[in-house]
Amino acid sequence: MVGEMSAPPLSPGGGGAVGLDVIRGRRSRSGCQSEMLDSLLASGGGLVLLRDSVEWEGRGLLKALIKKSALCGEQVHVLGCEVSEEEFREGFDSCVNSRLIYHDLFRDPLNWSKTGETSPGGPLGVLRAMCRRKDPGPATIALDSLSWLLLHLPCTTLCQILHALSHQNSYPGDSSPVKQVHVLGLLHEEIHGPGLLGALSNLAQTEVTLGGAMGQASAHLLFRKPQQHPTYQTSWFSILPDFSLDLQEGPPLGPQHHSDLHTSLVDPMTHLTFNLHLSKEEKEAKDSLILPFQFSSEKQQVLLCPGPGQATSRIFYEPDAYDDLDQEDPDDDLDI
Amino acid sequence: MFPELNSLLNTTPAGVEQGKMTLLCDAKTDGSFLVHHFLSFYLKANCKVCFVALVQSFSHYNIVGQKLGVSLTMARERGQLIFLEGLKSSVDVFFQAQEEPHPLQFLREASAGNLEPLYQFVREALRPVDDGEATWKCPVLLVDDLSVLLSLGLGAVAVLDFIHYCRATVCQELKGNVVALVHDSGDAEDEENNILLYGLSHQSHLILRAEGLATGFCKDVHGQLRILWRRPSKPTARQDQSLTYQYKIQDRSVSFFAKGMSPAVL
Repeated sequence: MVGEMSAPPLSPGGGGAVGLDVIRGRRSRSGCQSEMLDSLLASGGGLVLLRDSVEWEGRGLLKALIKKSALCGEQVHVLGCEVSEEEFREGFDSCVNSRLIYHDLFRDPLNWSKTGETSPGGPLGVLRAMCRRKDPGPATIALDSLSWLLLHLPCTTLCQILHALSHQNSYPGDSSPVKQVHVLGLLHEEIHGPGLLGALSNLAQTEVTLGGAMGQASAHLLFRKPQQHPTYQTSWFSILPDFSLDLQEGPPLGPQHHSDLHTSLVDPMTHLTFNLHLSKEEKEAKDSLILPFQFSSEKQQVLLCPGPGQATSRIFYEPDAYDDLDQEDPDDDLDI
Repeated sequence: MFPELNSLLNTTPAGVEQGKMTLLCDAKTDGSFLVHHFLSFYLKANCKVCFVALVQSFSHYNIVGQKLGVSLTMARERGQLIFLEGLKSSVDVFFQAQEEPHPLQFLREASAGNLEPLYQFVREALRPVDDGEATWKCPVLLVDDLSVLLSLGLGAVAVLDFIHYCRATVCQELKGNVVALVHDSGDAEDEENNILLYGLSHQSHLILRAEGLATGFCKDVHGQLRILWRRPSKPTARQDQSLTYQYKIQDRSVSFFAKGMSPAVL
């Protein structure tokens, strides 16, 4: 079952299914572990983009979301391109594993083994088959990873398929109810350029960018709801060995926090043994001083026109025997 | 092998982890000492090693290996080491008629090739042979290096596919290990190299990154080694699995020390 039924429903009118009220009630408790997962798997379906990096992996969060969906009764299709089925299923209990269908694109995606086990059409064929899925009921499709698919399929094709997957509405003329499909895509953002990332970002209803600081993982969430402003949220979390989520307060603020508390405005010149202050007259004299190598117009005049002070300096010159006394001034041809 | 590096990585030849992919990366320095370390480490650990050596000759690795206590000639003779000498055998692609595709067949192809023949070579080399002789511990694939494949005209996706298949066969099926060296040119405009480097990083369990010092060349500290552990089998509470050490390469060993604690400085 989804969770305990003891929490009171938030809305007194009691509209909606009982299960939804339980989820709302759980959301009201602070630090609730499933709050973040609930917001990511919100009703309406759509593409959830999990952007991870080398240092902060996203597969753990992807598996946590898969576990949540499976425990809610949804069927989960995993397109596994990067890890083996055995490794992916590790850590899930039998309840989750029974709802998980693994489409293996890890072992032989390009048919190099020539054993005939590869599905015809390759990765594209598998994706298209998923689009044509006719099973009723909500489902979750996990793509591990979108980066692998982007490297092997043209971006436009993949974007079209993603759009088709996340909007698996009823066909015209079909009276069956709208199928709610969550598409979870794991994307390694360092591999791709900004153009590709932007294109996928525009397709996504929700974006989760994983990061962290000081050993604590964080998720920066961006929700795009139609006709509403995008909303942002940052959560600090850790994933437990059974792939449930544990929300944290955030990393300890560390040394910079302590320095803010203890530093006060101290004048560094109070305890010196020498005087660094300038009196008003000293300041004025300092400001009006002409620097020796600053060539101002006054200085130019002083140099060019010998003033009364120049007569005091003399040059005493004793020519040697072999000196060539040329009275011609070599600078005569300069036009100053 | 370098005992200090073993203790940093918490491994010994006696207890080798299986099914892991290790990525060696160097930026602004030469990271080939890591290749020599892992080659001698796995030979001493009694593993069957397939070494795809595209950069140096066999005698080069043999000479360095002898300094580290392993003889590649003897390992090759007893079947423990399968050595693909890229420099020598690349010539065979052009001058010898081959019935089956040569591992480096892509050199001959005009259009963008793939590394399927090389993968088949690795698969055949590390296939468990059931002939009653001494069995080796686990198969290991060592590649030196992958960036040279980009220079030879392959695309980054082709190299990533090759490593993908090697992981599927060597790590997953045969429960062995893969170790590969790739260079980080540091050039943000080199898209192919970035795709290769980050694509491999995401596939790896362990990343060893040798970097030159930011302040330039130094006689006593040759560089900095960053160690990053990834993809634990069960998620751990703390994801901070990264260590940084500085190192100095000597004739027969490499000494590691914490940043700023070089013996020359203390």
